[in-house]
Amino acid sequence: MARLEIEKLTTDYGPVRAVDGVTLAVNEGSITTVLGANGAGKTSLLRTISGLERASDGRVRLDGEDILGVPVEDIVRRGLAHVPEGRGVIAELSTEENLRLGGLWRGAEAATLGEIYELFPPLRERRGQLAASLSGGERQMLSIGRALMARPRVLLLDEPSLGLAPLVSAQIMQLISKLAAERELAVLLVEQNARSALSIAHRGVVLNLGRVVADDAAQTLSADEGLRKAYLGF
Amino acid sequence: MTRFIDLTLNGISTGAVYAVVALALVLTWRATRIVNFAQGGMLMITTFIASSVIGTSGSYWLGFAVALVCGLVLGAVVERALMRRVESGPPLNAVIVALGLLILLQALAGMIWGNTPRSFPPAFSIRGYDVGGTHVLFAPNDTFTVLVVIGVAAGLAALFRGTTIGLKMRAAAFQPEVARMLGVRVGRMFTLGWALAALVGSLAGLLVAPAVFVGPNQFDPILIFGFTAAVLGGLDSPVGAVVGGVALGLVLSYVSGYEGASLVTLAALVILIAVLMIRPGGLFSSTQERRV
Amino acid sequence: MNTVLARIQGSHNTLARSLGLVVFAGAVLFIASEALGAYNELQLANGAYYFAVLAGLTVLTGLSGQISLGHGALMAVGAYTVALLIGNEHWPLVPALLAAVALTTLVGIAVGAAATRLRGPYLAGATLAFAIGLPALADKYTGTFGGENGLVVNPPTPPSWLGANFPLERWEAWIAGLGALVVLFVMNNLVRSGVGRSFRAVRDDEIAASLCGLRVGRVQTLAFVLSAACAGLGGGLLTVVLQLASPGAFQLELSLSLLTAIVLGGLGSLLGAVWGAAVLVLLPSWTNDIAHSFSLSTGVSANMPLAIYGLVLITAMLVWPSGIQGGVRAVVSRVGKRRGPRAKGAAP
Repeated sequence: MARLEIEKLTTDYGPVRAVDGVTLAVNEGSITTVLGANGAGKTSLLRTISGLERASDGRVRLDGEDILGVPVEDIVRRGLAHVPEGRGVIAELSTEENLRLGGLWRGAEAATLGEIYELFPPLRERRGQLAASLSGGERQMLSIGRALMARPRVLLLDEPSLGLAPLVSAQIMQLISKLAAERELAVLLVEQNARSALSIAHRGVVLNLGRVVADDAAQTLSADEGLRKAYLGF
Repeated sequence: MTRFIDLTLNGISTGAVYAVVALALVLTWRATRIVNFAQGGMLMITTFIASSVIGTSGSYWLGFAVALVCGLVLGAVVERALMRRVESGPPLNAVIVALGLLILLQALAGMIWGNTPRSFPPAFSIRGYDVGGTHVLFAPNDTFTVLVVIGVAAGLAALFRGTTIGLKMRAAAFQPEVARMLGVRVGRMFTLGWALAALVGSLAGLLVAPAVFVGPNQFDPILIFGFTAAVLGGLDSPVGAVVGGVALGLVLSYVSGYEGASLVTLAALVILIAVLMIRPGGLFSSTQERRV
Repeated sequence: MNTVLARIQGSHNTLARSLGLVVFAGAVLFIASEALGAYNELQLANGAYYFAVLAGLTVLTGLSGQISLGHGALMAVGAYTVALLIGNEHWPLVPALLAAVALTTLVGIAVGAAATRLRGPYLAGATLAFAIGLPALADKYTGTFGGENGLVVNPPTPPSWLGANFPLERWEAWIAGLGALVVLFVMNNLVRSGVGRSFRAVRDDEIAASLCGLRVGRVQTLAFVLSAACAGLGGGLLTVVLQLASPGAFQLELSLSLLTAIVLGGLGSLLGAVWGAAVLVLLPSWTNDIAHSFSLSTGVSANMPLAIYGLVLITAMLVWPSGIQGGVRAVVSRVGKRRGPRAKGAAP
């Protein structure tokens, strides 16, 4: 049994079907990347899994438990952390307050601030500053660090490399890869930068117009030139 | 000179009441991004309840306590039953619902307690202090008022900056969706914000009732000046609410004392416009960066 | 039908359609005024001057996105101007009304320019202060403004060619109705023109709009000025209809009622302004009637109308967040859907 199982998930925005019968699974300690063009349904998929959008059909199971229809705050309390598109850093709070917020529901079992600052030294320097003053890369670190405070079992990442310089983006990717392995996280990584994502992922799923058009080992997808050119842009 | 001192002290004590109302408005704004135009009606109801309790039991402090508890409950109920539905829509809808609630509460109060204003006992003596032989127009009750304001402001500041629940409330107010994704029960935070705001509001009602008397429409000017004070200080700033309230109270006191009461509202207008032209977000606003 | 309408573009066609709309509305008003009795004609007149204000206000708030709690005070400017000019200086009706509009427009320029720097509740706060501060002038200068009692104006006399027994109320309804039609014509054109689009553009995204070359401050001030002109006309017509301009009519309640009316009617929609005007005129008398039909103690019955009013406001907003016009649109579109095929629309 995989840690995160999605079965024929479907989401509609009025007459538009954003997610169309998507089925995939993510094991602990592994990274599955969801790829595809803009509007392919990748963000909608993540938002449906974490409960921000209501699904019209399908199943989502976390360690065997059905979580579809559960309110957002309860889904994340079962160990699912969603790092949203645009990072979702609360600009009016300080860096440290953002981090503390991430671990609140966990209480005593949360990660300590020290642990997160070990992972992301730049955050320690800026701990008292308003999150609004952080750079893009720092915000991404803050966003991931905040998610890790809750010691999640599943991590949903929505376009972490968006708006970041290539070097910074590469560092973030390496970090994600390390975290997934060390903490046995099941990572569902949505990315537009397909090449970068496939370099750290174990599996890749390609979406087009809400439907899965490819689901294979990352290396196989990278090697498939036809697929790459059609959907992934390289 | 004594006139000036008297006007100053009077300004401080009236300003303190505006500050408390402003604090209540700042609370609901910070918690749910709604300006609670019904605040005046809610504090009027709790003061009426206090008046009835004091009347039947003879104990001021029992009435005081009951009013505060009713404030908590009323705030929670209003948020959960009414405001919850309009929190996520266009802001004007919340304004209309609040106005409708204000009208309804005033009408209900008239039905239950009648429209004739009734007197209300002060917490402490209203006989001014004698300072070095001169009689000043500042009484123990005014000292109580000022202390309450300071206490409330300090308490709120401590709550928001220093406690976990304050952090959750701030997160829920700034970015409700992100807060939910972090496990914060945003709905409960909104309800808590309104409950606290109504508690603060009922304090204001109890403090000012001896002066304005208790009746369905007696608290309207307080609400208006409280709102002006909140806007003056910046709706996001509790400190601003206190400074705004006291400043407004002082200026209005001087205008009323030296120029006459008819110019008071005009003076409030001029101050407000002047401040907002320089700082469009109120005195204590920080320039928010725009999310592109 | 849709393709025909879709092909009609261009400003002269907007003018033609506005004219047609005005003629239609005028015909309806005329027939109504002939058919109704004196009391209802007075209500029609009231509704007409309310519509004049509300049309401007709904454009200001709905299309331009600016909240004003001060339009009651702007009405007061128009009302007192007409009262002074007709009452003291014996000006004829139309020049007095034009002067009222002009003066209120000037005030609108000042207020509007100040308003462009303010947002949301801060704008509400500033206009609130304006609403309570300005009428205080009437208290301060009681000589000119007649203090609490206000200024009385002689009723407008119907011209002799209408007949000696032409009812005053109907004449007032016609005057107010004509004013409302003028407002309808001007605002309808405006809403569908480039100006209306610039209002919406600035409302939706100021930075994007300024990047497209729109002067944000000027556009916002223009919206304010237009709504002030409408309020001035409405206030002037109020004085003509009621023959009185007094401070009691222009308290904060008026500004709040205007705001309530446009939200209830449907923001940004001229038809919504019609609904809003109807609510302002009819709801108070309905609530009074309902209250009186129950024989209750005076304390309860005196407050009943207000209680019902408050309940109506709350429930209307909870049930119809887009106002009456939004509710109407929802019903109409549902009826339309049952006839045509379900469209696969673009992403929301």
